[in-house]
Amino acid sequence: MTEPLLSVQNLSIAYRVGARDILAVSGASFDVPRGSIVGVVGESGCGKTTMARAVTRVIADNARISGGQMLFDGQDLAALSERAMNDLRWRDIAFVPQSAMNSLDPVYRVEYQLHEVLRGRGGLSKAAAQARAVELFEMVGIEASRLRDFPHQFSGGMRQRVAIALALALNPRLIVADEPVTALDVIVQRQILDQLRELQHKLGVSVILVTHDISVVAYICDRTVVMYAGQVVEDAQTGPLLTHPLHPYTMGLKNAFPDLQSAGSGILTPIAGAPPDLANPPTGCRFAARCPFAQDRCRQTPPVAQEPVPGHRVACHRADEAPALRALAARQETWGEMA
Amino acid sequence: MTDPTPLIDVTEARLHYRVGSAVSAMMGRPAVVKAVDGVSFTLNRGESVGLLGESGCGKTSMGRLLVKLEQATGGSVRFDGEEIATLSGPALRRFRARSQMIFQNPFDAVNPRYSIAKSMAEPLANAGIPKAEWRERIIAALDLVRLSNPAQYLDRYPHQLSGGQLQRVVMARALILQPDFVVADEPVSMLDVSVRAGVLNVFRDVRDRLGLTAIYISHDLALVRYVCERTIVMYLGRVMEDGRTEDIVHRPLHPYSQALVAAVPVPNADQSHAPLPIGRGAPDPRNPPSGCVFRDRCPKAHARCAAESPKLHRVEGRGVACHLFDT
Repeated sequence: MTEPLLSVQNLSIAYRVGARDILAVSGASFDVPRGSIVGVVGESGCGKTTMARAVTRVIADNARISGGQMLFDGQDLAALSERAMNDLRWRDIAFVPQSAMNSLDPVYRVEYQLHEVLRGRGGLSKAAAQARAVELFEMVGIEASRLRDFPHQFSGGMRQRVAIALALALNPRLIVADEPVTALDVIVQRQILDQLRELQHKLGVSVILVTHDISVVAYICDRTVVMYAGQVVEDAQTGPLLTHPLHPYTMGLKNAFPDLQSAGSGILTPIAGAPPDLANPPTGCRFAARCPFAQDRCRQTPPVAQEPVPGHRVACHRADEAPALRALAARQETWGEMA
Repeated sequence: MTDPTPLIDVTEARLHYRVGSAVSAMMGRPAVVKAVDGVSFTLNRGESVGLLGESGCGKTSMGRLLVKLEQATGGSVRFDGEEIATLSGPALRRFRARSQMIFQNPFDAVNPRYSIAKSMAEPLANAGIPKAEWRERIIAALDLVRLSNPAQYLDRYPHQLSGGQLQRVVMARALILQPDFVVADEPVSMLDVSVRAGVLNVFRDVRDRLGLTAIYISHDLALVRYVCERTIVMYLGRVMEDGRTEDIVHRPLHPYSQALVAAVPVPNADQSHAPLPIGRGAPDPRNPPSGCVFRDRCPKAHARCAAESPKLHRVEGRGVACHLFDT
């Protein structure tokens, strides 16, 4: 086993709201192995975007990394100076935002924006930058003639390809993509995901892919990190995570999701309730209030992450009973009436 | 007793928008977007149909036509035997009470300054229901969508509710006048996965209990399959395929339906990822190709597709608008 490209350890991120700190991410740990796609899933407000953005160190003005480490090739990103971090951006770590329209400047041709990165950041000559821009467009499947177009002349899917081309410009080792296909239609979504996977195979780049969509994770991610209320609750290879989840939240998410493979009239089961208020998190396990298997210890003490199966981490007091809980979780009545 | 006449009868419905600048219009080049272009289908009483397609395919426009939020620019839409284009006065009011729409974003669908009770009372006031009955009917409607202890919601404001709760309130408001027909436009796309299932279950349950006729608009085949027995696939304003959802999921006939089904991500990391049977690029509603609107992305297009627009052929118990099925 080689050392992972990125190892996030015990990361906490605090937002200053009024006179107090709210932890959007608390004590999150996960690894990004070299050349792999790691999905980060969870509901809105679970901290997935904050955590992914922290890796690029581009976070909100009122947010700060309040604890933990992010070891990128052994170097702690959390401790780097802003200047040193700036040197890593684009060159080693690139970002693909959810809505590419917001990341492309509408008044400049996309060619200019590619050149900005290639020449300004990469130090390429004008001719070299032009050659690379053409190469990048070919890589993401856009005709080079469209380099002279403005962002509004591209469709949503095309803009997302442009954003991926920008991210790839300087051959980064890690791409952080925040809901890169969420705004897109199924067909375009699939084409972008296939493109991303192909590029990842070809270039060996690692990807952190933030999404709320389990089917996207299932389709493309090698490993998956499940977040709930600011914490990582489960982290494993995608296959085992979906077929043999150890955390009740992951089990519940699976039941709540329609897919085309199921036998048809299977009933979807929601998880009753809502995530806790992060300004006032519960003392014990954060999922306990919605968990059908919660016991007294769950409400009293927060579970510690353990690794009952090699490479499969989970934070649940009852992880050792997972096979029995899975059988129960598959039954609708376990999750109560349609709440 | 079931009434054999269809509740909704759409014939060659068209909704063309004029777009572009005034200048280009004066130059004699008005651009027209054919959001709905010659769509025909019927809906039987109690039937649920999914309108499926990508953004820009005209599914939302079609839905808005059916509840007369848009005026058709051609063709006809009949509701319970009456042409809705010419409805006015009391007949229009009756139609408005009988047909309702549930919108995509619940936070846009209610006035943030109105309490839930006030938002819910609006349709009652419009329909001339005596004020004395309001509270009881509002509570009954909230109860119908399974909001527990409904009275607690009356004085709350939208921002005090979760997305899932608010979408149920919006659903309850659409149902409060006991309509016959409901159009739901991507009602769960703004909601988190763990609460989606609850809203979908309530929708199915209420529809069955009230015997509603329903249109469910979505780009997500898996969701449509969960809610509707029948699906109409649209592309650039036209119907591509119209049939039983299970048939379309398991054996799509139209090349576009085949691409849509193939595009649904399959949760199996080991399976090979064959390229989609569809050309790159996005449909341009301002400038659709001649003949079959799908032909420039269709892997099976041939000469006839450019020359002639395909009719909806009856094949294996469904309608397919493709020359391949012209036998």
